Amino acid sequence: MEVYNKGIRKSFETQPHYRDETSILTGEHFWQGDIAIAEGAIAADCRFFAGYPITPASEIAERMALRLPYIGGVYIQMEDELASMAAILGGSWSGVKSMTATSGPGLSLMLENFGLGIMTETPCVIVNVQRGSPSTGLPTFFAQADMMQARWGSHGDYEVIALAPDSPQECFGLTIKAFNLSEKYRLPVFILTDGLVGHMTEKVVVPPPDEIEVFPRRKTQKPPDQYLPYQPEDDLVPQMANFGEGYRLHSTGLTHDERGYPDMTIEAQDKLIRRLINKIRTNVDDIIMVEEQDLEDAEVVVVSYGVTSRVVPLAVEKARKEGIKVGQLRLLTVWPFPEERIAQIAEKAKAWVVPEINLGQMVREVERAVGKASKVVPVSHAGGDVHDPDDIYKVITEVIQ
Amino acid sequence: MNQMPEHPLERFLRMDRIPHIWCSGCGIGTAVTCFMKALDEAEIDPDKVVVVSGIGCTGRVAGYVKFDSFHTTHGRAVPFATGAKLANPELTVIVFSGDGDLFAIGGNHFIHAARRNVDIKVFCINNFIYGMTGGQVAPTTPLGARTSTSPYGCFEPPFNLPYLAESSGAVYVARWTPLHIRRLTHSMAEAITKKGFSFVEIVSPCPTVYSRYNRLGDGLDMIKYYRDNCRIENWADTKNVPMEMGSEIVVGKFVDIDKPTFLDYQRGQTDGK
Repeated sequence: MEVYNKGIRKSFETQPHYRDETSILTGEHFWQGDIAIAEGAIAADCRFFAGYPITPASEIAERMALRLPYIGGVYIQMEDELASMAAILGGSWSGVKSMTATSGPGLSLMLENFGLGIMTETPCVIVNVQRGSPSTGLPTFFAQADMMQARWGSHGDYEVIALAPDSPQECFGLTIKAFNLSEKYRLPVFILTDGLVGHMTEKVVVPPPDEIEVFPRRKTQKPPDQYLPYQPEDDLVPQMANFGEGYRLHSTGLTHDERGYPDMTIEAQDKLIRRLINKIRTNVDDIIMVEEQDLEDAEVVVVSYGVTSRVVPLAVEKARKEGIKVGQLRLLTVWPFPEERIAQIAEKAKAWVVPEINLGQMVREVERAVGKASKVVPVSHAGGDVHDPDDIYKVITEVIQ
Repeated sequence: MNQMPEHPLERFLRMDRIPHIWCSGCGIGTAVTCFMKALDEAEIDPDKVVVVSGIGCTGRVAGYVKFDSFHTTHGRAVPFATGAKLANPELTVIVFSGDGDLFAIGGNHFIHAARRNVDIKVFCINNFIYGMTGGQVAPTTPLGARTSTSPYGCFEPPFNLPYLAESSGAVYVARWTPLHIRRLTHSMAEAITKKGFSFVEIVSPCPTVYSRYNRLGDGLDMIKYYRDNCRIENWADTKNVPMEMGSEIVVGKFVDIDKPTFLDYQRGQTDGK
């Protein structure tokens, strides 16, 4: 039995209520992906959620509305996704880990203040449970067609981190990971899942609190008169001070110097934008997670992520039974893209197959990483369903000839 | 040689960012001075104050005041402030922004924050125009007033901001001008200490664009206009305080009521259940 709404409500003032049996539901559960995302967030100490209802992400908001008031948190349903994103930035600066969740149409609106989060280096998590698109598209069906929107959808140059779970268990674990990366590198981090994983119900094991690693906020140790809010550490990430701690800092979406003050010069722009990009690019080894199978002898590599990874093994097993040397590369981190690893594998592999539920998005990244070394073939799907494994199998057999 | 004595408000300002960008004769500087004095009057711990601004001339306020201060995207100061306040209720969160930012692009956020009675304070400089972008028509521009995008006079009736705030749910509503510095300061202090969504409109001269397009003279002429045409009527029905070109301006404290806030309701409905 779950204990989520039992006992006394705990507020911020009376008790910071983070890691106990009412917040982390240690044990085995039968959860939807969306619920597992909400529980993963809570296990990562998220205590502020601002959102706006949208299919197929609403269950995340519903779970947070149910849970947060009893574990010292606040849930608020905002007037739209512009406001939701702005509110979680505010929540994060007040020192509370914050999250919002949406689907593609809502992400379009959130990307405005996502850019503000990038510029002001605000840790938080944005969940996109993708559905068929563009526009209103297929609200109750899924797709993987927001991969490039998440990468490039806000204006300007920047790097993003996006994680793509393929099961409710992974929804739980990668949401914790997303919070940890957002605190470590100080940026809004995406969970890019889809309506099928979000609504898929499977066993989720929640470990005891002491087995869940939570990356704390990188708080400055300097006194206020020596602290510069945007002075980077060795890994290019600045230490943070929350509102109300006596630092009286200034933060702005304008190009700024290390004091956080607007600096309208070409030099300041160059310095800031290169640092924001390089704090991710120079730490890709720490950020990127992939899963590899049968790559040692592989002549064909199937690259997949999210729900498509659940279909790929059926096609690969069939091909391997027929003696085709095919391996699998699954992207848990979709952004930054694991281009170095793919280039390494491409030194031996002859061909690449990239099934995804869009008409060709991440396949372009694979092409870029592989170069002219070997052939890259997409297996596209416009959305609403997963691939027929035979469609992937067929491309595997054709590409090897 | 004696050192220059520190200005009494220096402790509230980022002196390394002065001089500011505002034009001579603009009302924002006076309003910021009143704001600083109001914080003194309200006896709030400056370390627990957060000032949030949007975009535009008034949007720059957050950059000059020495508190935790955040300069958001255009129109989003109110939802950012909502998140900041709900995540740490011991903070005093003040939105200081302009009429275009708060009531055009940010209008939906304003009415919903007032409806929820989130405990934030909104101070709005209303200069009837988009100043920073060169003088375009705003949702507060009086019918018939000229701007760079209403060359034949504004075709749209403007918002009556106190009426909008009160009908949306604000618990404190006042309107003053930079002429009324003591009353404006006192209202700001009351709003700061008031629990709930509080709104102060500061009708303000913009000599550089609004006055120039409408031949209203310089900053001093506008202050004289306020002296001759403002009527103080506390508790006036906000329905009856719209402004028109050349009209009387009703100023005063219009609304001061008590209602539970968003967090009061959340706690009340979840405690022990």
